[in-house]
Amino acid sequence: MSRIKDAFDGKKAFIAYLMAGDPTLAASAEHILTAQDAGVDMVEIGIPFSDPIAEGEVIQAASERALAAGARLDGVFDMVASIKDRMRIPVVFMTYLNPVFVYGYDRFFARCEQIGICGIIIPDLPFEEQGEAKEVAGKYGVEVVTLVAPTSEKRVAEIAKDAEGFIYLVSSMGVTGVRGEITTDLPAIVSEIKRHTDVPVAIGFGISTPEQVCRYSEIADGVIVGSAIVRIIGERGAEAREGLVEYIGAMRGAG
Amino acid sequence: MKDGRFGDFGGRYIPETLMNALHELEEAYMHYKDDPDFQSELDKLLCEYAGRPSLLYYAENLTKQAGGAKIYLKREDLNHTGSHKINNVLGQTLLAKRMGKTRIIAETGAGQHGVAAATAAALLGMECEVFMGKEDTERQALNVYRMRLLGSKVHPVTSGTMTLKDAVNETMREWTKRVSDTHYVLGSVMGPHPFPMMVRDFQSVIGREIRSQLQGVEGRLPDAVVACVGGGSNAIGAFYDFIGDADVCLVGCEAAGRGVDTEQHAATMTHGTVGIFHGMKSLFCQDEFGQIAPVYSISAGLDYPGIGPEHAWLHHSGRANYAAVSDDEAVEGFELLSRTEGIIPAIESAHAVAHAVRVAKELGEGKIIVICLSGRGDKDVAAIARYKGEDINE
Repeated sequence: MSRIKDAFDGKKAFIAYLMAGDPTLAASAEHILTAQDAGVDMVEIGIPFSDPIAEGEVIQAASERALAAGARLDGVFDMVASIKDRMRIPVVFMTYLNPVFVYGYDRFFARCEQIGICGIIIPDLPFEEQGEAKEVAGKYGVEVVTLVAPTSEKRVAEIAKDAEGFIYLVSSMGVTGVRGEITTDLPAIVSEIKRHTDVPVAIGFGISTPEQVCRYSEIADGVIVGSAIVRIIGERGAEAREGLVEYIGAMRGAG
Repeated sequence: MKDGRFGDFGGRYIPETLMNALHELEEAYMHYKDDPDFQSELDKLLCEYAGRPSLLYYAENLTKQAGGAKIYLKREDLNHTGSHKINNVLGQTLLAKRMGKTRIIAETGAGQHGVAAATAAALLGMECEVFMGKEDTERQALNVYRMRLLGSKVHPVTSGTMTLKDAVNETMREWTKRVSDTHYVLGSVMGPHPFPMMVRDFQSVIGREIRSQLQGVEGRLPDAVVACVGGGSNAIGAFYDFIGDADVCLVGCEAAGRGVDTEQHAATMTHGTVGIFHGMKSLFCQDEFGQIAPVYSISAGLDYPGIGPEHAWLHHSGRANYAAVSDDEAVEGFELLSRTEGIIPAIESAHAVAHAVRVAKELGEGKIIVICLSGRGDKDVAAIARYKGEDINE
């Protein structure tokens, strides 16, 4: 099984996010394999949630489509299990705390270990509240990724000291979604993080163009692209293969 | 309470982008809550602007009709803007101003909290934007216009179920976009710490007044305090001062909608399970995979799938009891209070009226109960007429 650090090994990581179950779980399995073949270094699989408060319209809509199409947590686990043996890159989950909590931390992370999930990103689980989930996740070799935001300021040091997997640096204020311009002083935040940890830093939220990939790969150890990929799948559904290959190719080439 | 917890309930489960703002808010609140200058400014506004103390009224006709305990009404409906929401809004908006914020944002269900926020913003010279589920903007069109009249911008929320829960989601998203000059005036005892504690404190004036007013007329404590619960702010406001008085029975009334045995209710205590959502660990109506369930109530203000963490704790510890009251029963309570006392209650408060009549019968003569009449019902008249099959223009 790949570990998160493999994605950053000797290269700038290009991390792709997609929503499990949009348009179907079978299509998601294909899209994940396509993304891997197109050259992404790590895949973040979104588990749909009824109320994704950190997401912009694109991912909210994908979440609604996935739930309407019947995607449930057990189905997401089965889908990931079905491609486990073909995955050469690390795979992490991104979801909200409630689906994890209600399923039961132990049961959830045990299942993650079985199907080769090596990390999890939970946007509504800040540093202060991580304890209970992190302890259980650790037992099953699942790393809990912490987010750092433009507003984290003096919290950066304590978050960085305790970080595992990678640090998800939120590029700008607000929710996920494509943005034309990002005005946060990201180099300053990255260097503050680097003072406290060796854990790699990847920048996400609002990144959609090869120029942005180029710029942020210089600042950090990797970039995360979500909404732009989710939008391609939203427009083309199960036929998104070609669009994904073309888009990821262009982005990958830039990094 | 430790680390923003009521037992295991509460906490601070919110995106990192907002964590610093929550820490700053807690720090500012802990400072100003004991600041004589802040408190005297707030007290002055509560008395001279909001009309506090609100009356404690002996509802003699309703008492006779119920046939049992004496029923008093705590008249929060007589506050400026017509509900208890103003107590919290004045506190938070003053606090925001002291913190140097120039803009407030708020969610609203029935529109009572939105109207109160818009009012406080107009009074205190703040910019204000209110997020309201599109379905609720249609149910409560008059309140939408009222907010705009007061100078606020109203955003109809079209995501999810287009009701209160989605309005909260959208207000949180807005806060992550713009936090430096903006305070989120949360309308209930919910959300991440310090909101449940802070909103409770601002609402606890209700219970303190009940205690002293009832002491004045009856020379004793009530046997029961009854209030409706959505998020639970008027209930916690009425209950809080009595939590230490074990003989005072505390009763919350949640919305059973079309019945707790149907899919269409908002009965979090009856059907909810422990979850983590909207910043707090509490009870929620949800499915086995932790997806938040669509809920329903005739009352937009109770149409919420969760409940404040302190209520979850009071329920868990057995200190308070919670009953589910259906649409039909609430409408009966609405009509009953209107006919017997000439007081038209908010449909939210009518849930408490309906259940209180049962409690009065059970307790019997010689006992005293207080209903927190959290709001007035003008906003609901057209909707109730429609419910009864009469289509009238607002």
